[in-house]
Amino acid sequence: MGNELTRLFELFIAASLINNFVFTMFLGLCIFFGVTKKMETAVGMSITFTAVMVISAALSWVVFFYVMVPLEITFLKIIIFIGIVAAFVQAADTMMRKISPELFYKLGVYLALIATNCIIIAVPLINAGEGYSFVESLVFALGSGAGFALAMVIMASIREKLDIARVPKPFKGLPIAFVTAALVALAFTGFSGLITL
Amino acid sequence: MQDTRGNWEIIKDGIFSDNTIFRLAISLCPAIAVTSKLKNGLYMGLAVLFVQTMVNFSVSLMRNYIHPRIRIPIFMLIISGWVTVTDLMMAAFARDVYRDMGLYIQLIVAFASILAHAETFASKNKPAPSVSDGIGMGIGFMIALVIISFFRELLGKGTLWGFTVVEFKPLLIMILPTGGFIAVGLLMGLFNWIDMRFYGGKGAGGLG
Repeated sequence: MGNELTRLFELFIAASLINNFVFTMFLGLCIFFGVTKKMETAVGMSITFTAVMVISAALSWVVFFYVMVPLEITFLKIIIFIGIVAAFVQAADTMMRKISPELFYKLGVYLALIATNCIIIAVPLINAGEGYSFVESLVFALGSGAGFALAMVIMASIREKLDIARVPKPFKGLPIAFVTAALVALAFTGFSGLITL
Repeated sequence: MQDTRGNWEIIKDGIFSDNTIFRLAISLCPAIAVTSKLKNGLYMGLAVLFVQTMVNFSVSLMRNYIHPRIRIPIFMLIISGWVTVTDLMMAAFARDVYRDMGLYIQLIVAFASILAHAETFASKNKPAPSVSDGIGMGIGFMIALVIISFFRELLGKGTLWGFTVVEFKPLLIMILPTGGFIAVGLLMGLFNWIDMRFYGGKGAGGLG
């Protein structure tokens, strides 16, 4: 049991820091550069993303191992995962609107954006590709979400400062954000080799 | 809302003025992820070119039969169908490339630009212009990927397509993830500068 826990912890660290979705795997960059102008939106986005990632990872795991593997239709995984995620996001949207309008007012905007985001669809695909167990998939999704949130918060806090900095005109906006991200990514390179799975 | 430009015009606009990566700054994930080698960059570009063209063609053929209210799910289905085709084809015919970037091929399904072109162009136009639009966008995307990966492989390893070109102590940083961000940032800045200096543009900030 202790061994199992250690492995899960390692998986969490690996997913959040070493293989950080944004800085080492380059997923979700559109969102990353799009919404990190303000801290508040960045935080809201990260919470929504993590929640959707964990739940959709669970759903897709069940469908993958209990429906697709027995029927030998694993080659359809792209279509099916997209369907699952989109349906879940739609359902969450509707339910949140009814059950907790307050929460919907805060996070609903982001929900609409994420149905077809690469970071969300990548989690089930990686889980299926690596053959993770159910708990491992959940931990992996949670770790990825935490890593994404960390990246968003770091970037948002830098960009709030960057707004008042004097930047050469051709570099204003996105190009300078990219170079900034490069420097943060360099820091994240330091995590590589921390744990070897 | 039919587009009145000629086919060549559409292709040209897709490559230059509406270049997905440098001008619109969307679908950037693979632009950085797979461009540490020229070969990977080119294959990724080809995959996107194929998917975009076929999606535009299929959507355009079916545009009169798709109910507007459920159009997005239908587009997603069409896109993921063609991505599956590409994914399986790459797995069969380009094994070494696929091992490096299989995940990113599958993730073409979540490309904002493919859905955007299906929605804004192919669903309103005849098949021929739609195919041109797909080809233009695909080639523009491919050129951007090739440019980025050209610089990254040359500077990071001193090789091109796996062959040694120059002998020097390579800048390892360029093939690390960091190098991808730097390369895209600098190239974007360069294109903005060219645009401002020679064409009097205001500089496309993209999302930023």
